[in-house]
Amino acid sequence: MSTTAQSTAPTGRRGRTLGPVLLDVRGLSVDYLTTHGPVRACADVSLTLRRGEILGVAGESGSGKSTLVTALTRLQRPPAVTAAGSVEYRPVEGEPVDLVTLSERRLRRLRWRDLAIVMQSAMDCLNPVMRLGAQFVDVIREHDRSMSTRAAKARTAELLRMVGIPAERAASYPHELSGGMRQRSLIALALACDPALVVMDEPTTAVDVVMQRQILAQLVALQQTLHFAIVFVTHDLSLLLELADRIAVMYAGRIVEIGSAYDIYRSPRHPYTEGLRTAFPPLRAPVRRMTGIPGAPPDLADLPPGCAFAPRCRYATDDCTTAVPALRPVGAQHVACVRTEEADDAR
Amino acid sequence: MIGGILRSAKVRFGLALFGFFVLVAVVGPWVTGSLWGVSATAIDYHHLHAAPSALHPFGTTGTGQDVLAQLVVGARGSVAVGLSSGILATVLAALVGVTAGFLGGRADQVLTVLTNLFITMPSFAVILIVAGYVQGASWLVIAFLIGIFEWPGGARYLRAQTLMLRNHDSTVAARMLGENRRRLIVAEVMPHLTGIISAMFLRAVVAGIFAEAALDFLGIGSADTISWGTMISVAQDQNAIVRGYWWWFAPPGLCIALIGTATALVNFGLDEITNPRLRTANPAAVRRFERAARRRARTVREVAA
Amino acid sequence: MPGDQPVLEAVDVGKEFPVHDRFGGSRAVRAVEHANLALYPGRITALVGESGSGKTTLARLLALFHPPTSGEIRLDGLPVTAATPRGEYHSAVQLVFQDPFAALNSLHRARYMLRRALQLHGRGGSRAEVERASLDLLRRVNLTPPERILDSFPHQLSGGQRQRLVIARALAVQPRVLLADEPISMLDVSIRLDVLNLLATLRDEQGLAMLYITHDIASARYLADTVHVMYAGQTVEGGPRDSVILQPKHPYTRLLLDSSPDPARSMADGADDPFAGVAEAGEPPNLADPPPGCRFHPRCPFAMDECRREFPARTTFADGGWAHCWLHRKGRTGELLADVAVS
Repeated sequence: MSTTAQSTAPTGRRGRTLGPVLLDVRGLSVDYLTTHGPVRACADVSLTLRRGEILGVAGESGSGKSTLVTALTRLQRPPAVTAAGSVEYRPVEGEPVDLVTLSERRLRRLRWRDLAIVMQSAMDCLNPVMRLGAQFVDVIREHDRSMSTRAAKARTAELLRMVGIPAERAASYPHELSGGMRQRSLIALALACDPALVVMDEPTTAVDVVMQRQILAQLVALQQTLHFAIVFVTHDLSLLLELADRIAVMYAGRIVEIGSAYDIYRSPRHPYTEGLRTAFPPLRAPVRRMTGIPGAPPDLADLPPGCAFAPRCRYATDDCTTAVPALRPVGAQHVACVRTEEADDAR
Repeated sequence: MIGGILRSAKVRFGLALFGFFVLVAVVGPWVTGSLWGVSATAIDYHHLHAAPSALHPFGTTGTGQDVLAQLVVGARGSVAVGLSSGILATVLAALVGVTAGFLGGRADQVLTVLTNLFITMPSFAVILIVAGYVQGASWLVIAFLIGIFEWPGGARYLRAQTLMLRNHDSTVAARMLGENRRRLIVAEVMPHLTGIISAMFLRAVVAGIFAEAALDFLGIGSADTISWGTMISVAQDQNAIVRGYWWWFAPPGLCIALIGTATALVNFGLDEITNPRLRTANPAAVRRFERAARRRARTVREVAA
Repeated sequence: MPGDQPVLEAVDVGKEFPVHDRFGGSRAVRAVEHANLALYPGRITALVGESGSGKTTLARLLALFHPPTSGEIRLDGLPVTAATPRGEYHSAVQLVFQDPFAALNSLHRARYMLRRALQLHGRGGSRAEVERASLDLLRRVNLTPPERILDSFPHQLSGGQRQRLVIARALAVQPRVLLADEPISMLDVSIRLDVLNLLATLRDEQGLAMLYITHDIASARYLADTVHVMYAGQTVEGGPRDSVILQPKHPYTRLLLDSSPDPARSMADGADDPFAGVAEAGEPPNLADPPPGCRFHPRCPFAMDECRREFPARTTFADGGWAHCWLHRKGRTGELLADVAVS
């Protein structure tokens, strides 16, 4: 499927032309090795990401979205282990590498320069006893030894300005910054070595909506000029619908639907996506009584047989409990649901 | 929660070890004395500082007393002092800490000053002086002296925990429902502290045993009772180490070390349960997986080469 | 069955918290200023604001967690004082917490929690009666099967079930007012609506007066009849929900609305990119040293001299809405929105 897609030079939102494939994830599975046996938090995840693309990953707690982030960047720590699959990273120059089997030493070289990460809690990522500027200079010089301290400081000022933080704030400690500024400085830090891929795990969940909008507007503007690709993970589907080029919806460790934001918005094919779409009350459209999805997300250690969503699904039939449905092309997107073909016929 | 704690092998082993010593202290002297007919004080003139043998499994002291019998009788002395001082210290810690944390305000200020006063006091020196002053004090007095200085650390910790629990949403909710203060403490706050308090109690018991041994070693304990501390003290007086009578001082030393290990194990186990990162992880499975992954990576590299 | 008399009222309420700086001095953080709020039977009032806006402080004042520094709280029109018995007050006013994981004591079964709540409010009686009342409460919040839930510890329930149990416990005392402090923000997205629908049902069927505190303005519109918007401790706008959300009359409300995700607008044909033209709008002020006058003026595109001097009086509009903004007092309403009549 990727070969046919490649030839058409797809375009993203905001009129951007997307580059060649940057990240090719195949059959990625992550297990938590617990005392009660392995628990699969992320099962058979396959997706591709193009240069300059924003891929949104939406899911609830226990959907495996955060596990996916740590597995993509190989930041997971035991008891989480990558049990199967590959994460092929294709740099502009040089051979593609599999991030799953790459040695620690080579992985370190890739980090920041090729792939960077932005986490939800800035306070956990910034060193509380180091001035902001010093942390930037450390990262910059760690990956470019030839750069003088003076040049690194100039670069720090430039990075901070890029995300709308006055350069003199480099002298501040993290706790002296507001929540919004801390989150912005994390984004600036991620961009320090001009990476091709930035993975973001709920980067704006800890800040208020007004700040969120400002940060994301800045991110979008930066992405327009620097052309990095983004994997943006959040529980907030309505935000992704506005931000992402493509969206992957995860449920109980699996991708249940993946497609363009437009298609996910206009014609969600998986019953779970459909449910999520209507789980957000409208801001301006007429209010009518809506219903959520009945039940609760399943326990990963005790998944129902077949499709994990079946117990909550209003379309569920006996077929749903026999096997886990595979992700198949349906319409413009890929969907993991046995029912989608019949639904198409009915239309 | 209690069931979860008991599932940990460390906790089970630690508790078993601890229980063993308590059992020895309770029934041991009767077993050795009445059942086996060996007295801890009787002198065997034919076997002075004899090495372990069939007759004296743990050997004899310089004055020909059976070391095993002394160890068993000494367990009673040590454990009795440890338990009573532990109970006293834990009750005081809980009383002062929980009251201060829950009531807050003036009561908290007064109790915190009291706690800090006891913390800054050179407690062992004070015990030493008082015990020396009360010549030949009974074991109960020794236990009281140890216990009275053992509580402040625990009280401070319990105060902090109680303060947190008092402002916890679940306690606030209970207060909004109209639960009275006594009930809030007994039903909402205290149950969360049982784990901490039991660990604290074990620690206090062991600290009591250590302190009692140290006092005896310095010759300030209760003079006429046998305890592990007096055994080591007498052995030391008669140069047992230099003269190579290891069976004289090693068993009581080992017993003290073992009982310390028992509490450490229980505390490790509690830590695993309260720390969620340690709770569900299966370290053996992780190690196995990592070995296999390294092997796979090696094969991949070899195939590529 | 909406009533005309408010059950619970906050009248010109203010709250200051002393903070100690590192030099031993102390200043006051003015967390809430001149807040007015009335809760009516059978109606839900939403209090919308960002973190630090004072919305939670106001709820906690209404829950009597701490006394207000100024103004008063009235229950059934009577001022609540230090002498008011807490038990009596809390049998009329109950709080639903934000975090259902923290609000339930993990060591108690649902049965114990409901039984205590019933007994404490004179609804005890025999074991069978308590059991029946407990099951009835669980059914009212759609916790099924109630028999099994009754024997469950909190950790055996999902987040949504826990929040329902918190609501059931609050209902056990048969309150007339429910203060819900961000009741869905900790829940999974897919189950939030059901909890909102439950709250709506309680309003409609039991005639409960409810305060719904949230940072999510879309959920406020879905659930509430009346919406109040708070900014930096000041109530800046209020009114019927569609008046506030479809015709915002305060620049802050508009900023909040423009910032909230709205796929329906950005996905519409020919819509602009929702992130284009988002201007830097600064950050909320430090409440220990708030700007004088209208606290929003440093971020307000319409700010004028008056805004820096004095907090504007309330202007009411024909659609039932009201706002505290100098634009309306200076005849500049039209710059904010075209078709609103000042009454």
